[in-house]
Amino acid sequence: MTKRLRVVVAKPGMDGHDRGAKIIARSLRDAGMEIIYTGIFQTSESIVETVLQEDADVLGISILSGAHQHYAEEIGHLLRENKLDDVLFLLGGTVPKEDVEDLKGHGVAEVFGPGTHTDDIVRFIYDWAAAREKAV
Amino acid sequence: MTDSTKARKTAETSPTPAGDGRQQWQEGPLAQSLARFPRRRETFQTLSGKPIADIYTPHDIADSDFERDIGYPGQYPFTRGVHATMYRGRLWTIRQVSGFGTAEDTNARYKYLLAHGETGLSTDFDLPTLLGRDSDHPFARAEVGKVGVAVDTLRDMEILLDGIPLEHISSSMTVTAPAAVLIAMYEAVAGQQSVTGAQVMGTAQNDILKEYTAQNEYIFPPRPAVGLVVDTMEYCAKTMPRFNPVSVSGYHIREAGATAAQELAFTLAAGFTYAEEAVKRGIDIDFVAPRISFFFDIHIDFFEEIAKLRAARRMWARMMREKLGASDPRSWTLRTHCQTAGVSLTAQQIENNIVRTTIEAMAGVLGGTQSMHTNSMDEAYQIPSEKAIKIAVRTQQILAAESGIADVVDPLAGSYYVEALTNEVEEEAWDIIRKIDDVGGMIQAVEIGFVQQLIADSSYTFQKQVETGERGIIGVNEYVEEETGELAPDLFFEVDPEVTARQIARLSEVRATRDNRAVKSALSGVQSAAEKGKNTMPAIAEAVKAYASVGEICDVLREVFGEYRAPAIY
Repeated sequence: MTKRLRVVVAKPGMDGHDRGAKIIARSLRDAGMEIIYTGIFQTSESIVETVLQEDADVLGISILSGAHQHYAEEIGHLLRENKLDDVLFLLGGTVPKEDVEDLKGHGVAEVFGPGTHTDDIVRFIYDWAAAREKAV
Repeated sequence: MTDSTKARKTAETSPTPAGDGRQQWQEGPLAQSLARFPRRRETFQTLSGKPIADIYTPHDIADSDFERDIGYPGQYPFTRGVHATMYRGRLWTIRQVSGFGTAEDTNARYKYLLAHGETGLSTDFDLPTLLGRDSDHPFARAEVGKVGVAVDTLRDMEILLDGIPLEHISSSMTVTAPAAVLIAMYEAVAGQQSVTGAQVMGTAQNDILKEYTAQNEYIFPPRPAVGLVVDTMEYCAKTMPRFNPVSVSGYHIREAGATAAQELAFTLAAGFTYAEEAVKRGIDIDFVAPRISFFFDIHIDFFEEIAKLRAARRMWARMMREKLGASDPRSWTLRTHCQTAGVSLTAQQIENNIVRTTIEAMAGVLGGTQSMHTNSMDEAYQIPSEKAIKIAVRTQQILAAESGIADVVDPLAGSYYVEALTNEVEEEAWDIIRKIDDVGGMIQAVEIGFVQQLIADSSYTFQKQVETGERGIIGVNEYVEEETGELAPDLFFEVDPEVTARQIARLSEVRATRDNRAVKSALSGVQSAAEKGKNTMPAIAEAVKAYASVGEICDVLREVFGEYRAPAIY
């Protein structure tokens, strides 16, 4: 039996809008994943440290304050620095369409904006995990 | 079982009492109609999950006493409104939120909005300011001026309020954790304008309890933070008697996912807590209660929101008079600002948001709000562009001038549905307040995460309703269209990318040119007052006038009170 996917859900920076992050944490948990929810006011360093400590497969960050580019870049860099490139890096929040390409350039695999169905996030993660299994 | 539920069940199942043709109607026309066309859905529910019956009749409000429960506007229990004439005497204040960039940027938006007819100001601050950090704090770097205006020192407040006469225009500050500092700044600017304390109008949100449960802009742990709120209430009642030092908020709680009854219960319980803490301190309830104000959400379920506001006034009046023994009618009066629900807006087909905001604004007016902010259609993407915010202002102006709803007082009073719903929302809210009392009061409920879990549960329930299609949202799960996700050019808005640099430069300049010895001395005055459990406001006022910064003052308070770490509830 494959082990359960471990997902860190984190809120970097000063943004306290956590309704979405909490719903996603719960949805992913209901879909069979193990969730580590860091809560708010996390630094990029503490988030990546958590990913490392928890041996996470997936990192999802949530930002609704407009600071997404800053944190995507910082966290993307720290993930690579810590040899965590194979962690699936996802971002949710209020991100203008024109910023998505930049974010992907920093290592974000996908951006989930307002109106996203939680099933889509679950499917994205499981599809990625299946592809990863095949590749091994 | 509630009285109104009992009444409805009785009517639906037992023999028809004399004069009530309900059973006849159910067995006759209703049954025939349902045979041809079944109901569109198995059950109908308000947004908050309250069942909606096939029909409402006098039977549903048989236990309501007009004089006791409904009554007259401007008179206990204020169900129908807080002023006898309501909008026939004076329209609600059009009070749109402004806040981005540096003080000059926001001052310019104030003037734009005033020129287009808004009648009161409201300010959002950036995250560093809200969390008591200066713009050059390492954690603050990416957030300066993004979600609101950056204010570090009194210098920023002077620029922010430049050209705004504080004795004629009331200004609301959406700030809570460091509100004491911002209130002191506001008072100082008023002084510079030679406006007397007795003349100064304004409001500070300053409702810390909702931060732990919803907005998450807290610094200190709950108990000392509530102490700071009481400090401001006591201080402002003496120095600025027309200023509202607290705007007890349901808005954020609702936006976080609470139902209408939960929003109502948690808000009133918080307001009650501040009032009660003041009384425990030996302050006369009638000295501070008249200036406790409120801030509710107006969500998209039209009738439920109207019912909620009417219930709110009735409940608060009872709480103040009967539980705290207030005798000044102004202490019993729930005055509120309202904002249309941000959470109801979509990022898809954004023009539809104008319609949503209009529905909500109508409910706010019919619910009797004292002031209102209407959201702009582009808010799922950005701080409003000028074009979008102007439409939001015009929405209120059209309602006031053209629709007729401002020309009559509480027109929905007596509606069998609205009165029944008002009773139901009230009853459920009392239930929740009782549960909060059972766990030891609102501060305790917040500390143990009781409130937070209820909100998280409600928000999850709603999300599932949307995802299954049970609750339709046009453009999101119905009538979905392919869209570029880009805004039209005439909705352009951008915060100057140089904002952080500009703000840090100003802060450095203030620090270099102020009397730093006076700052140091004033800061130790703040520390001393906090340590000794004295009212911190006089010391904070002195520090502010010496141009001590928000971060510097809050750091002193952090030393004394500590910092709050929230439990990770979801």
